[in-house]
Amino acid sequence: MQTINPISIQQLFFKYEKEFVLKDINLEVKKNDFLTILGPNGGGKSTLLKLILGINPLVQGDIQIFGNKIADEIPNIGYVPQNTNVNLNFPISVIEVVMMGQNNIRKRFFGYKKDEKNKALEILGKVNMREFVNTKISNLSGGQRQRVLIARALFGNPKILLLDEPTSNIDINGCEQIYKTLEKLNENLTIVVISHDISVVLKYASKAVYINKNLTYHDLSKMKDAFKNMGAHVCEIELLEMLGKCRC
Amino acid sequence: MLEALSYVFVQNALIAGILVSIITGIIGSLIVVNKMVFLSGGIAHSAYGGLGLSIYFGLPMLLSTSFFSVFVTIIIAMLTYQKRENLDTIIGVTWAIGMSFGILLVDLTPGYNSDLMSYLFGSILAVTSDDILFMTILLIFILLTLLFFYRDILAVSYDSEYANLRGIKTRFFYTLILILSALSIVIAIKIVGLILVIALLTIPIYIAQKFCNTLFITMILSGFFSILFTIFGLVVSYKYDLSSGPSIILVSSLSMFAIIFIQFVKRKVKPF
Repeated sequence: MQTINPISIQQLFFKYEKEFVLKDINLEVKKNDFLTILGPNGGGKSTLLKLILGINPLVQGDIQIFGNKIADEIPNIGYVPQNTNVNLNFPISVIEVVMMGQNNIRKRFFGYKKDEKNKALEILGKVNMREFVNTKISNLSGGQRQRVLIARALFGNPKILLLDEPTSNIDINGCEQIYKTLEKLNENLTIVVISHDISVVLKYASKAVYINKNLTYHDLSKMKDAFKNMGAHVCEIELLEMLGKCRC
Repeated sequence: MLEALSYVFVQNALIAGILVSIITGIIGSLIVVNKMVFLSGGIAHSAYGGLGLSIYFGLPMLLSTSFFSVFVTIIIAMLTYQKRENLDTIIGVTWAIGMSFGILLVDLTPGYNSDLMSYLFGSILAVTSDDILFMTILLIFILLTLLFFYRDILAVSYDSEYANLRGIKTRFFYTLILILSALSIVIAIKIVGLILVIALLTIPIYIAQKFCNTLFITMILSGFFSILFTIFGLVVSYKYDLSSGPSIILVSSLSMFAIIFIQFVKRKVKPF
């Protein structure tokens, strides 16, 4: 029996105006993959993520989520946007942010149900943020804030977690903590993460794609040990050379 | 001082001040967290077109400015929902067109218009029973909207792209927030005037935000501060025979600076 992959992209082309941002992208993301999307700014990484989420309209090519149209599977996708997209001064508590992750807010009445609160607390525990449940979001560090956004994405019980540069503007320790959390979550979730912190993300990811309009695919399973022993200051060229050795 | 409360117009002023304070506390909080302060300035100034229509055609002022502001707001919402980068330009254009339209209509109307000055600087002491009824209806509408849609409004205000992904109708709530803002601005203009309305929509919220963990508590505390500033402003205005609108705003501003100074001294919160 043929298994249906969480994400299947076939012959995808995309352009905002005249020039193509993505050309002939083909990609299969399998169940429990931890895939990282690498590449230069303007290479099309975020565009690809927004196409998977259905934020950008599909014009040419096809994207299927669990074999279905994107719109039908949106509740199964958790999304963590870039850190910089959120208003840092917003007066909102951690638990309120987490409960925003609910699919189609059922109870359109003021206040929150007890079971929702309990679920939010449980998820905050998973990302080690339970003690900050009533803290104002602006009083958290960048890394803590990002873990709250991961908790929000988990609130809808997704099967796929998409993250757009979750560690931008976060120090190396915060970065490691976030990826350790993701590694733990990967036991039950398929994860796709865009990252610029390549020296960190490659220690945790099982697969990588490099996108600069076109896509090259790398299976990192044989390189895991090499990446784990790398220092924090490995340059991008060295890494790409290493990736070249494991290109599939 | 207390004998002033025996006058009906003072009682009306006090009731109106409290109603408008609660309204601006709630809607001002939404305006500030959605970074729509400049937008509310645009709506306030374009509402001048409604005043022009009211004076030229002899229509009720509050009704005329409300309809005109909502009309302008819906146009702004339609033009800016998809392309927020155009927001500043569109606000600038509607601001100028609304004011020009209003000024020309006032020019074309023969005689002196006392309404004009009260519109610019507020006239809380001239509030009528009809105005109070309008304010009460608007407040009830705002409270009902929050009761049923608080979570959606919170989600759209915090992260509208994410709210959209979770199935919330972000375009509807963006437009709803703008329309409620427009109606609240028209009401607040009655109290402090067009020129000072932005201060009433932002100063109490700026202070409240420093002490609140949630948007809901910010709304309540902003309303409370707003009531305090309005009552103290009215007292100052009555005691020293000053204009009520600027008195309210000066009391608010001085309180804000005092709080910033105290916090600066305590080094708990950075000023600005």
